[in-house]
Parts: sequence; C-alpha cells; structure tokens
Amino acid sequence: MLTSNMVFGGIVIPWELLQQSFWPILIEGIKVTIPLTLISFFFGIIIALITALVRISNIKPLRWIFSVYVSAIRGTPLLVQLFIIFYLLPELNIMIDPYPTAIIAFSLNVGAYASEIFRASILSVPKGQWEAGFTIGMTYRKTLFRVILPQALRVSVPPLSNSFIGLVKETSLASQILVTELFRKSQQIGATNLDQIVYIYILAAFIYWIICFVLSLAQHRLERRLDRYTAR
Amino acid sequence: MLAVKGLKKTFGTNTVLKSIDMQVDKGKVIAILGPSGSGKTTLLRCLNALEIPDEGIVGFEDHQVDFSQEVKQQELIKLRRKSGMVFQSYNLFPHRTVLENVMEGPIQVQKRDKQTVRAEAIELLNKVGLKDKKDLYPYQLSGGQQQRVGIARALAIKPELMLFDEPTSALDPELIGEVLRVMRDLASEGWTMVVVTHEIKFAQEIADEVIFIDGGVIVEQGPPAEVLSHPKEERTQRFLHRILNPTE
Repeated sequence: MLTSNMVFGGIVIPWELLQQSFWPILIEGIKVTIPLTLISFFFGIIIALITALVRISNIKPLRWIFSVYVSAIRGTPLLVQLFIIFYLLPELNIMIDPYPTAIIAFSLNVGAYASEIFRASILSVPKGQWEAGFTIGMTYRKTLFRVILPQALRVSVPPLSNSFIGLVKETSLASQILVTELFRKSQQIGATNLDQIVYIYILAAFIYWIICFVLSLAQHRLERRLDRYTAR
Repeated sequence: MLAVKGLKKTFGTNTVLKSIDMQVDKGKVIAILGPSGSGKTTLLRCLNALEIPDEGIVGFEDHQVDFSQEVKQQELIKLRRKSGMVFQSYNLFPHRTVLENVMEGPIQVQKRDKQTVRAEAIELLNKVGLKDKKDLYPYQLSGGQQQRVGIARALAIKPELMLFDEPTSALDPELIGEVLRVMRDLASEGWTMVVVTHEIKFAQEIADEVIFIDGGVIVEQGPPAEVLSHPKEERTQRFLHRILNPTE
C-alpha cells in the first residue's frame, strides 16, 4: 500500500490524493458521463436515421431543411452549440436543468454527424439490391426496411462506434454548462489542490481512457458477431 | 399475354429504344439478342418498370400502363408484380439464407401463410437442385448456385412472366450448364419467358421466337430456325458471325 508521496527525480507524485480522488471522479463518470453519453447517443441515432432517410428521399422541402441542419451542426463548434442551447432555452421560457440541456445539444450533434454515416452506408448498398426488392413486388419503403437498411446498418457499425467513443470524451464539454460530470468533478477536486492539479487531470484522462478501452473491446465483439453473413 | 407498343427510352441525349413493338404469348419463350449497347437489357427492364420508358404502352391483359402519361407509383408496383426477374449479377439478399431469400416475396409482399410458403420454397429449391443448401448464406454458394437461387426466388412469387437478364453472363463457363438446365426445365413446363442472352445455341434450342435488336430497333424477329440459321438482315448476319467466330 502506498501511503505517502513518492519522489522521482524531483517530481512528487501525490499518491494519497490520487487514491482519495479516484472513486469520486470515477463515480461521476459512472453516474453522469456514461448515462449522458448513452442517452445522447440513443436520441442522436434516431435523429440521424430520420435525417438520412429524408435526405435520400425525394421530398424536396424537407430534404433542404435537414441539409441545412446537418451543415450548421457540422460547421460550428460543439462548445458553441452547447452555449447557444444553454442560453437559448431560458430565452424561450424553457427552464430545464443543465443535464437535459446537454442531452439536447449532444443528441443534435450526434444526429448530424451520424446521419452522414447512415446516408453513406445506405448509398453503399448496391443498386441491384433495390431492384431485387422491387422485382419481388416490394414497395420503396418495404425494400428500404427489409433489404437495404439491414445491410447498411452492418456497414455503419464501425464508424458509429467511433462516434460513440468520441462522444464519451466530448461530454467533458458539458462541464462548461455546469453539469457535474467526470471532468467537472476533477476540476472541483483540483481547485482545492492547486499544487497537484496536473495529477488530478492525468487521473481524469486515465479514467476516460479506461472507459473508452472497454468500449472499443465491446465494439470488436459486436463487429465480429455481425460478420456472420459476409465472406471472409 | 403481354403487348408492348411504341416503347421509347432515352438516357440524356442517347436514345436507347426507338419505338419498340413486341408481343409475348402465353407459354412462349422469347430470346432477345443483340450487340452490347443495343438496348436489349433496357427493353427487358422496361417490361417491369425498372426503367421507366419515356413513351409507349406495356400492357398485360388485365393491366395496361401507358408511359406517355404520368404514371402513379401504385401502377408501377402492380406492373412489376406481374413478372419475376433473374439478374445477371444474381442480386440475392446477402443477409438472408437461401430459404429466406426464396420466402421473402411470398411472405413480405403477398402475406401468404408461412408454413405453406416454406413448403413451396423448399419444393422450388428442390427443383433447382439446391434443397440441401437451404440454410446457407449466398456467399457460401458458387455463382451457378446463386443464380439458381435467384431463379427460385423469382418463381416463388408465382409471376405470369419470367424475365432473364443475361442470366449466365457473369458465370464461369463450367457453371453455365446448370443454370441453362433449370431454364430449359421451366420452358418445358410452359412458363412464359423473355430471355436476354448471348447463348446462341441455347436460344436456338428453347426459344419459340428470337428478337434481334440493334441500335434501339428490332432488326429481325421470328422463329430461331429463321433468324439464327438463315438471317435475312445483314446486321443480324454480322452479329451472329462475330459471336460464333470470336477469334476471327
């Protein structure tokens, strides 16, 4: 058991402080960062799928609206989007906590980026698959849901997993609108231990890393399972 | 059974079909031949509205579509359901097993009873010699086997008309025979078939009528004994000579 500070070539590592801080930071990660990621990703994926389907359809005005949405989100910083939504909602007399505010912002952000993933993977399914659906009598919608989407979703799993892991880290921006998640907790601890603040941030980074490492293992397993109908 | 009148199709500035008339009688096998780029595949794809003609009528006895006017989506779907289609590149659903591929149309589109459809699908797979492959995925099959599943899938919706778009063109030579054998069986069972093909010998053997098409027009048509053995038109003669003597 390491109970006192250790010294390496003049650098003093505050083990005791790190041990004391590990659980409080990790708990905010489990209680706030991970649910924030999961919920935002869930809604983001739904928004993304709708956006992608509208953008490959031929409903002109809707296509235009959704294109503007994707362009605007992709063309502005997430931090700015967070701030705008944080200050915009009260202007509209919508009073909600920072946490749901962050969910709205992250969902809209994921929605725009992931819609491009869906759109590309739908377009990557060969045209012959649409035609095969049509020739056995399927409508556009039936072909889309029975033939095209199952194949497109398989293709979109790796890039979506990347977005998901990216989102875990982006949720740290929620600290800026007062959501006490993993990073804000470490800021708070750091504020009372200013001399050792760099070690607290390294600890926070380490915890993000562990979470993302576990998620990427899950990603590999998912991809292997989905490989069952493709030639190797 | 099917009458086509004044069919025209243009892609951009390229006129692919210039006023095609043709007739398909019940139980007959029509072979469409022609050089590459002649419009033969486009003609076939117009018959089930995979390509939308600019003008002309595609008419079954109980369902006519006039493409000179605005055509509703519903009309196109109704037209499509008259025919089954076999593609050059098979286009099987890669995420479904062989049996599921065959059952998809009857179950999802025709909403028929699952047990009956399953029994029929297995019977169809038996007919094309692939009953024992029913639980495999398409990637586990050879090209010839995939194409035979493609035929079974098209037959499963019980179409009035079977369309074949160069069904053996993507196959290795030694696999062509197994697909042609299945098609020969269908012809002798009385299926009405329109086949775009390069297999002259096969056309000679099973077709009731051969249509030779070039430059978007029907150059010559008639029984294979006339068109293939004694072509009148010079363009037909040249085409047949090229195909039968590829190294000259």
